[in-house]
Amino acid sequence: MANILELVKVYTPEIDEKTQKNLKYPPEISRFSTPTKQINMQYPIQFNEDELKEKARTMRKDIVKATHAAGSGHPGGSLSATELFIVLYNSILRHDCDKPTHETRDRFILSKGHITPAYYSILARTGYFDPEELLSFRKFGHFLQGHPKKDLQHGIEIGGGSLGQNLSIAVGQALGLKKRFTKSPGTDTDADTPNLNIPRVFDMSSEGELQEGMMWEAIMSASHYKLNNLCIMVDYNRLQIDGRTEDVMEVAPLDKKFEAFGWNVIVLKDGHDLNEIYQAFKKFNLLSAGKAPATQEPDQPELDPTKPTAIIATTIKGKGISFMEDNPAWHGKAPNDKELAQAIYELNETKN
Amino acid sequence: MTEPTTKRELKLTRQGWADALIELGQNPDVVVLDADLSKSTLTCQFKEKYPAQFHNVGIAEQNLVNIAGGLSLTGYIPFVSTYGVFLSGRAWEMIRTTICINNLNVKFGGAHGGLSVGPDGASHQALEEIAIMRCLPNMTVVVPADYEETRKAILQSAKIEGPVYIRFGREKVPVISTPESEFEIGKANVLKEGDDITIIACGAMVAEALDAQAALAEKNISAEVINLHTIKPLDTATILKSLQKTKALVTVEEHQISGGMGSAVLEAIASENPVPAELIGVPDTFGESGTPKELLEKFGLKSSNIAAKAEKVIQQKQ
Repeated sequence: MANILELVKVYTPEIDEKTQKNLKYPPEISRFSTPTKQINMQYPIQFNEDELKEKARTMRKDIVKATHAAGSGHPGGSLSATELFIVLYNSILRHDCDKPTHETRDRFILSKGHITPAYYSILARTGYFDPEELLSFRKFGHFLQGHPKKDLQHGIEIGGGSLGQNLSIAVGQALGLKKRFTKSPGTDTDADTPNLNIPRVFDMSSEGELQEGMMWEAIMSASHYKLNNLCIMVDYNRLQIDGRTEDVMEVAPLDKKFEAFGWNVIVLKDGHDLNEIYQAFKKFNLLSAGKAPATQEPDQPELDPTKPTAIIATTIKGKGISFMEDNPAWHGKAPNDKELAQAIYELNETKN
Repeated sequence: MTEPTTKRELKLTRQGWADALIELGQNPDVVVLDADLSKSTLTCQFKEKYPAQFHNVGIAEQNLVNIAGGLSLTGYIPFVSTYGVFLSGRAWEMIRTTICINNLNVKFGGAHGGLSVGPDGASHQALEEIAIMRCLPNMTVVVPADYEETRKAILQSAKIEGPVYIRFGREKVPVISTPESEFEIGKANVLKEGDDITIIACGAMVAEALDAQAALAEKNISAEVINLHTIKPLDTATILKSLQKTKALVTVEEHQISGGMGSAVLEAIASENPVPAELIGVPDTFGESGTPKELLEKFGLKSSNIAAKAEKVIQQKQ
């Protein structure tokens, strides 16, 4: 397996060996950069769009580098979920890599277990482990398994990989957390300072996963138990392994289906727009604290603070890398050396 | 055909499940989940006593198992209740991938196991749970013989960190133990000592094995009876010790022969001490409607069948 340095050498043949040795590569090419500073449980958490854009770019590089190093993995759905991960872990989720088992932490459950390239990147970049570990993704004996293996010390709440199963786990967790923490109702119900007393559960799913019947058992039970501390993110990229979702097995209209099952629904027109994602999560902050957002959108249904919330994000599979965008072939395929070099080049060029 | 020589009191094993849960309910972290069968599984009695610790998830066994998994992640000790055929079968992959791979602290009460649902027919008769539960790493599998053993198994399972599957039936079964009788998950009980043959049984078949022992004794055949209530982890030491003495084996279970308790015993002794053996169980077929008694007779699961098989195996010893 060629490392990044060798790759750059291969695809920049005009540089002689001596120059090559002395050349200082940009850190994002030669090494995974060091972890960003750790996040603690304090609120309000900052939202800085420019900073988060840069973080998203770093994450996309991690995704292609890790799958390239592994020789397998799932870049397409990882790239479509990138901004959701970035906003969630940097601006919404109350977590602390130094206290991975803290009982009041918000929980993140990965339902679409194959997008470990994105999941492991965000965990590394929020301090749970050294980003260098991403190069050992899917390798024998390493903790970064192809699909997640429960490992709380590294921030992995639960294993996954069998589609349809993990929303039910999230329902059980949200129910358990409500039972355990309801006795001390919170006072802060500001969007920026949500009720710290009841931890929330965030579940990352996709429209393809919603073809599993068990998902609807879980969706039905979440509203029955009034789990307003549960949020599902649907990475709606409209592609699955065998092709377009509408051709394989149509799941639309998801908003109406979630509403009919008793959920709040927030539809994101652009699931890559950091601010749009952040505004949706801020509404969930209020809802999970038992308070309806002050201003309701005219074209959107009322948001009810006793209901669980679905954030349906319209996304592009393979987003950010031209040859991967909206192409089902990149669901579960690793880039080769040349494709990696081009992907990194494109990501460096993109400033938006 | 010899009729049972002992008249025993009959008692519901599922009442042992419900009574143990109510005992455990004093711990507020113990929660019980059912899938719309609480009146059959008797968890309705727990609900009455501890309504805040009871959750009915409706007719959704897959969701049932993984909600329990999620609850266990927040420090609860969930006891999951429904018919064994749906619990172990419908939700098998959830038990495998969510509960066992993650080694979550969830306990399963598989009710209405075996042929005891009689008239309901093949769809409801659970004859495969031992096979499909014992093949899962991290899982403990217990098949108690009567009310007391069921109660004790549930109480002990709460102290085991990790998944436990406990199988019990619908019908009243003969009482073979007392509150004082020894019962420890993982340790087989030698109920009768003998020299000529070892009869290993689990669940309601233990009483049949004891009756067979009595019938054999009348013919001067000395049978050892082992109650193998824990199928996993298997008490290989007790089994091997008995077989070194008797050098002949009959196993009997209300379950498919394939992959069941008898298979587990043969796997354990294959390399250590193979002896002539007969496995009694359901022979690669499904059940049908009928009374439990009619079905047990159809599949040769009565004491007379056990005694006859025992005599046959003894003849193969030389």
